[in-house]
Amino acid sequence: MAAGIRFDPYVVPALDGVAYGLLVFVAAAGLVLCFGVAGILNLAHGTLYAIGGYTAAALLDGGWPSLALALAVGVVAATASGALVAGLLTRVAARNHLTQALLTFGVALAGGSLLVSAFGPDDPPVRVPAALDGSVVVAGHRYAAYRLVFIVVAALLAALIHLVVRRTRAGMLVRAAVDDAEMVAVLGVSPARIRVGVLAAAGALAGAAGVLGAPIIGPGPDTADAVLLLSLVVVVLGGLGSMVGTLLAALAVGQIQTLGVALAPSAAPFLLFAAMAVVLAVRARGLATVRRAT
Amino acid sequence: MRRGAVRALRRGVAALVVVALVLAPWTVDDYTVALLARTLALGLVAVSVALLTGVAGLPTLGQTAPYAAGAYASAVVGSHLSDVGLVHLAVAAAAGAALAAVTVPLVVSARGVVLLMITLAVGELAVTVVGRWRSVTGGTDGLAGVAASRPLWGLPVLATDRARYVYTLVVVAALVGVVLLVLRTRVGLLLRAGRDDEARLRASGHRVPAHVAGVHVAAGAVAGAAGSLLVVAQQFVSPADFGFDTSALLLLGVVIGGTASVGGALVGAALVVAARDWLFGVLPGQAPLVLGLAFVAAVYLLPDGGRRPRVRGRLLPAVPARRPAPESPTPTGVRA
Repeated sequence: MAAGIRFDPYVVPALDGVAYGLLVFVAAAGLVLCFGVAGILNLAHGTLYAIGGYTAAALLDGGWPSLALALAVGVVAATASGALVAGLLTRVAARNHLTQALLTFGVALAGGSLLVSAFGPDDPPVRVPAALDGSVVVAGHRYAAYRLVFIVVAALLAALIHLVVRRTRAGMLVRAAVDDAEMVAVLGVSPARIRVGVLAAAGALAGAAGVLGAPIIGPGPDTADAVLLLSLVVVVLGGLGSMVGTLLAALAVGQIQTLGVALAPSAAPFLLFAAMAVVLAVRARGLATVRRAT
Repeated sequence: MRRGAVRALRRGVAALVVVALVLAPWTVDDYTVALLARTLALGLVAVSVALLTGVAGLPTLGQTAPYAAGAYASAVVGSHLSDVGLVHLAVAAAAGAALAAVTVPLVVSARGVVLLMITLAVGELAVTVVGRWRSVTGGTDGLAGVAASRPLWGLPVLATDRARYVYTLVVVAALVGVVLLVLRTRVGLLLRAGRDDEARLRASGHRVPAHVAGVHVAAGAVAGAAGSLLVVAQQFVSPADFGFDTSALLLLGVVIGGTASVGGALVGAALVVAARDWLFGVLPGQAPLVLGLAFVAAVYLLPDGGRRPRVRGRLLPAVPARRPAPESPTPTGVRA
């Protein structure tokens, strides 16, 4: 990479930041849905991402078919896990969020332990498809081809999420359930079923993010916590329930984590904290009441 | 009649626990005494969690942040400035209160699950900062070899596990006593009133945001003091002490202890932490799995009725506990 840097040393971190931000967005989108629709703080969300990541590490062998297989298996496994969490939660749905947090944390703890005992305590290496293993030249800089493709794919995924939530009947039902669950129930659609569907969809998104993002935030014993934290920060920064806000927040967090570290290494640990403090302090009054899934 | 019996039972249990805690260092080995001292420190953090979650109705997953601030402040002061425990405690409590005060703008208007989310993010970010700020905190390696402290000027250094335990016990007892006394005054009434019917309290002219900020800072100070006790108890501090699992264990302990009960939080957290330490000894590889399943089981087994915590905002789906249920049928699963 050193040979490629000619004039601007910050292009590569900035691009990395975009890739990182989009990855965090796809991971956090599921959390936004869970939180916005079902009012559930799913502490097992990071574990769903880790399932995708471990699947990618286990199945990818450098070819395209393995990528498709890993994506299918990872998404199915994470969706099933999301549905499992939803199933466990329906039993305690009439109770409060403290018990929901405890339950999902228990699932996260047990799931993380199972993953570690299945795949070992080390961070497994992830092989990207051979065609994308090299680097390409972007504006005079060498840049990993996989990340560039990832940026495009993740942007497409983000657009797809937006379209599904805004334009399809399922998306409308989900938004309606946020606004007035009783009215949706009167219309003949079970809010409980919507909740299970949303948790499963959130699992699918986390699984997809885990498989595709494995070369960027790789699987390991700490992955689940790290992804959960990043997703939480992004969801809070994005206004707790707004998809567009979450996307902007994710891109900002991506830049903070890459460009910010390159620009101000000594202040890097505090940047995320500072960003969250600023945003929350500025619009704290709105946060308590705003709960949308747009 | 029945209420009286329950009260007598609770008093009996409390007395038993206190006697056991006082006699413990002379009946068990040094290792267990050291574990007990650490557990007491965690129990004090659980008291601060119960203060916020149960008494004030502000659920939190982020009390590890002031706990960590107190622990590191105490360790740094201990190795550079003074070896007097009282000074450490004051500095640690101030550090915890300061951190809580800084985060007040983030939490003051949030309620319910939003608050859980924000406090969790704050706590996790604080641990991340602790892990990366190598020049002060020693990074993920932690600060080892913290010098032994003396409780007060002129007293001997706490050199044995037993001495450290007794010091921890005395401080925890004093602080819990102060918290219980304060909760018996008008302050406690106002906090509970805000938990039970915030709108009404606002309408009658009380400044609820000030109450919320105050209880946050106070809980931060208690958690910070607990951090100082942790440093005394294990003479070592690292980010691993303040992880996400610690917050969740504390919350479980508080929920088991009855949420609004300060003493119950102490006992509940002690039980949970003891169970975890025991599990890690018995099943080194599988402890997180068993612990996770225990969390799930606890959620299903905990009694629902009388102990249901009353919490501000949207945390509870149903109507407040003391009012009759509304006539209109509620569809299942709505706003669960």
